[in-house]
Amino acid sequence: MTKRFALGIFEDEDVLLHAVENVREAGVKIYEVFTPFPIHGIDDALGIERSRLPIAAFFFGLTGLAFALWMQIYMLGFDWPMIIGGKPHIALPAFIPVSFELTVLFCCHGMVITFYTISKLYPRWKTPVLDVRSTDDKFVMAIEVNENTDMTKLTQILRENGASEVNQKEMSKF
Amino acid sequence: MATLTHQESVTAEYLEVTPGARKNFMLIIIAGVVVLVVGIIVSLFGGGGHEAAEGAAAAHGAAAGHGAAAAGHGGEHHGSAPWLKRIIVSLWHNNVFFTGVSAIGTVFMAIQYVAYAGWSVVVKRINEALSAWLVPGLVIMLVVFGLNFINNDLFHWTVPGIMEKGNANYDAIIAGKSGFLNIPFYLIRTVIYLGLWIYFTKRLRDLSLAEDLNGGTSYFHKSINVSALFLVFYAVTSSMSAWDWVMSVDVHWFSTMFGWYVFASWWVSGIAAVTLCAILLKQAGYLPLLKEGHLHDLGKFMFGFSIFWTYVWFSQFMLIWYANLPEESVYFNQRLGGFNGQYTWLFFANLAVNFVFPFLVLMTRDAKRQMIMLKIVSIAILIGHWSDFYLMFMPGTMKGDNGFIIEIGIALIFLGSFLILMTKRLAQASLTPLHHPFLDESVHHTT
Repeated sequence: MTKRFALGIFEDEDVLLHAVENVREAGVKIYEVFTPFPIHGIDDALGIERSRLPIAAFFFGLTGLAFALWMQIYMLGFDWPMIIGGKPHIALPAFIPVSFELTVLFCCHGMVITFYTISKLYPRWKTPVLDVRSTDDKFVMAIEVNENTDMTKLTQILRENGASEVNQKEMSKF
Repeated sequence: MATLTHQESVTAEYLEVTPGARKNFMLIIIAGVVVLVVGIIVSLFGGGGHEAAEGAAAAHGAAAGHGAAAAGHGGEHHGSAPWLKRIIVSLWHNNVFFTGVSAIGTVFMAIQYVAYAGWSVVVKRINEALSAWLVPGLVIMLVVFGLNFINNDLFHWTVPGIMEKGNANYDAIIAGKSGFLNIPFYLIRTVIYLGLWIYFTKRLRDLSLAEDLNGGTSYFHKSINVSALFLVFYAVTSSMSAWDWVMSVDVHWFSTMFGWYVFASWWVSGIAAVTLCAILLKQAGYLPLLKEGHLHDLGKFMFGFSIFWTYVWFSQFMLIWYANLPEESVYFNQRLGGFNGQYTWLFFANLAVNFVFPFLVLMTRDAKRQMIMLKIVSIAILIGHWSDFYLMFMPGTMKGDNGFIIEIGIALIFLGSFLILMTKRLAQASLTPLHHPFLDESVHHTT
């Protein structure tokens, strides 16, 4: 499926930040903003909802904890019981470090994999980039357009808010 | 923060300690005195005291760690009457807790300076005020150390003759520590710790007040140097004071983790105290610049360092539990099941209140941004770590004769006095440090 975007190119992050507010106030829906570095406050300005990643993290952690406890209790308590240091086979204090580590391991890897997947940051043959300059020194505001969009008006809004150029680009697989 | 150029107007505001508030503080003290008197009466006339003492003797015999040493010195010393002993131990316990928490005010501020942190500027004055207890802390520390000599109720190593070979009280293990644990050196160390903390607190406070008057960035840069120096000293003295004030109560026992353990307890309580104070001020209509973002950061600190405390606690516990060497595990024998299991419930309650509760309650972002949640958790942490110190002191000193009424009474007296001094210092300067170079950053703080 091919999507068409209008790209407003900005030179400065402060100008961009104000532009985001004004453009949204003008009733234009911003698809995404691409910047060379993170900008404080841009999430609020774009009205991005909070990520639900922490909820996933909690359950990944819980999985790790359960797995670690099951593994140790099964191995040391039932599968091959050994007496170590005169302690009971299932000695919980000794299991805590491993449980902690596996909780963190599952949590971190799960979060990274989830994040990369939902952000489509996994390896691909061809990575779609709307404007390569957004990885260098330009700030790119992408707005999805279709044949009904009034391009002259949109261009005017972007220009008025400090865009140095306004381009269009078609992108498949985005 | 969406608008970077936007400047909120910042004006000086002074805390007014109303007569009503002052009366409340006095009421806390009076309530403390009443509870203390009730506690003494209960202790004097209450039954069951002997029973507990016998249980203690039995448990003491069972604690094998003492074995070799106990054979060395014949007579166990008995100490004062339970009520007097409890008062002395409790004074020491509360003073160590309150003085340590008080010092955290300066430590926290120093860390913020050294890290060039901007967000914490709006709560800086609370940190300065928290350190107001250090001077009385030093005085009380010395006075109670003097009270120890009535019957050596606090420290076993101060018993006369315990370090002399051939004396009836001779204890070879304690005598081996005489190079470090002797009375003059101990006093010198205590004065040096608190002297350093008091000096640097005063220095930072003076710089901060001068900055309020004159402005400019020179005070800020000077504060960074002073803070860096202070943190170097504090890193050493906090650990050493923990050995001296807390660990030497269990004089046969030692743990290399102990300095960190005590520091972690002080540190998380100090942050809880700052948070609680900030919320109370906000709810009283002060600190208009304090926003959810700042509370969120304080909440993260409380959450994170509750886990840190648990980490240190467990590191100490697990190694001792696993190795199970008699001279080390005696510490946990006493607390887990020793003295007829008197301390067992507190041992587990300690973990529940100081770890499980803050961990689960403050886990979500929303909880860290809500005043009511932070308030509940910070109060729980303060009570929890007071109990943590209780658990450090009581089994080593009171054995099986511990109680709570006298201890809570004395804690209330300390709390009331602490609040009087703290609010007094809080009222002396504008609650917002007007000319702090990072004030603007703090005002526009987002998380």
